[in-house]
Amino acid sequence: MATAVTTESVESKLFAALKEMGAEGEVTREATFEQLDVDSLDLVELAQVVEDEFGVELGGDDVKDLQTVGEAVDLVVAKAA
Amino acid sequence: MKSRVVITGVGAVTPLGVGAATLHSRWAAGECGIEDGAARCDEFEPTEFMSAKEARRSDRFAQLAVAACAEAMEDAGWSDGLPYDGDEVGCVIGTGVGGLDSLERQHDVLRDRGAKAVSPLSVPLLMGNAASAQLAMRHGFRGQTYGVVSACAAGAHAIGSAMRMIEQGEAAAAVTGGAESAITPLAEAAFRSMGAISESGVCRPFDRRRDGFVMGEGAGVLILEDADAARRRGAEPVAELIGYGATSDAFHLTAPDPDGDGAARAIELALADAQVGAGEVSYVNAHGTSTPLNDRSETVALKTALGDEAGRVPVSSTKSAIGHLLGAAGAVEAIATAFTLRERLIAPTLGYGEPDEGLDLDYVPEGSRALGNGNGNGMLGTRAVAISNSFGFGGHNAVLCLRSA
Repeated sequence: MATAVTTESVESKLFAALKEMGAEGEVTREATFEQLDVDSLDLVELAQVVEDEFGVELGGDDVKDLQTVGEAVDLVVAKAA
Repeated sequence: MKSRVVITGVGAVTPLGVGAATLHSRWAAGECGIEDGAARCDEFEPTEFMSAKEARRSDRFAQLAVAACAEAMEDAGWSDGLPYDGDEVGCVIGTGVGGLDSLERQHDVLRDRGAKAVSPLSVPLLMGNAASAQLAMRHGFRGQTYGVVSACAAGAHAIGSAMRMIEQGEAAAAVTGGAESAITPLAEAAFRSMGAISESGVCRPFDRRRDGFVMGEGAGVLILEDADAARRRGAEPVAELIGYGATSDAFHLTAPDPDGDGAARAIELALADAQVGAGEVSYVNAHGTSTPLNDRSETVALKTALGDEAGRVPVSSTKSAIGHLLGAAGAVEAIATAFTLRERLIAPTLGYGEPDEGLDLDYVPEGSRALGNGNGNGMLGTRAVAISNSFGFGGHNAVLCLRSA
């Protein structure tokens, strides 16, 4: 069963995944993917994590314009709604 | 006129430890990095050489290359920045199979969890040119960069290609070598299935009891520079790279030509390229895999190429100490050869005890010994010449000729 989507659960999972992926610096909602040295390949991995955990499917078009971690969290929550 | 090429830095990660000097000194001391039938780089910790993120984005074979390159650059005095414009620096790294472990893992993901779960990092992890790509990006080598694939000759072919690049004036310097980490269940089963792997788990090249090679992993990286440019910047060469010869057996998928014709021609070409005669050769670093076929045909090839001098020249196999590093073997063994020349110390063929009929060269069985100077009639003074042989499945032969600096 997929984990229930709440802002908190998504935030917690994405923060952990980004740390696991070796993101540079502190992972916060405000941090930009550029600051975290997260590139397009990392974003695809992040989308895979989201789908595995929450059953929410994110396509390449969904993630390519994301600037901050917070935007990614909000996108997942909005898609699940 | 073509440029002369010198080796100004070397780095290696091998089953004998991290470091090129460690490889030669431990081998010369008779130590062996083979355990339980395989030779792994147990001391290697990737995050000592790169961030956790970089390590995640590299297959182990590329990680090993990054570490070997860091040592080679420090050795060459390149650590604080390239002494040349990056456009003038090439990078050629050989491998037998590239990121095989990454490929196997992602195949498991595909089978167990479906296509959508396959990692977007799969291709950059497994591609055979991953090591040269990583090194180029990391250090700004913006000249010709690519991988070389010729099975167990890849490391030597890479070095030969990089040498030619400098000789032709297409680069002032090149970072070259080989990297391999393919001790996976699939590779082991595959090599075992074709009868290439030692069932006894012992690598004893040229010995009557030899029964196959022992799989190893590791990387060797050399910094090659145009000799004049290196001298102008005050670099101290480790050794000079004076010859390269490469041929094909065009004989069989895996078995070497028993007449050793292709291998002999490669040796002859390397010596001719170096403009030295067999009488000047002080040492042969053999391919010496410990397979019944290779060691016999290599012996025949050496007799053909070196003629009357063959019986005089000491021949030893680095694989007796570190197993077979496949696509990294030629590079690591070229480094071992450079150390042999610099330290004037020949390390032995470990495990050799029982002569085989027809295999009657001097395989340096007793332990390390001092390096001589050819047959004593040469004009080299104190500069000694050695060759390093590499032969790959598919009949690929590559031979490098080095001279002490």
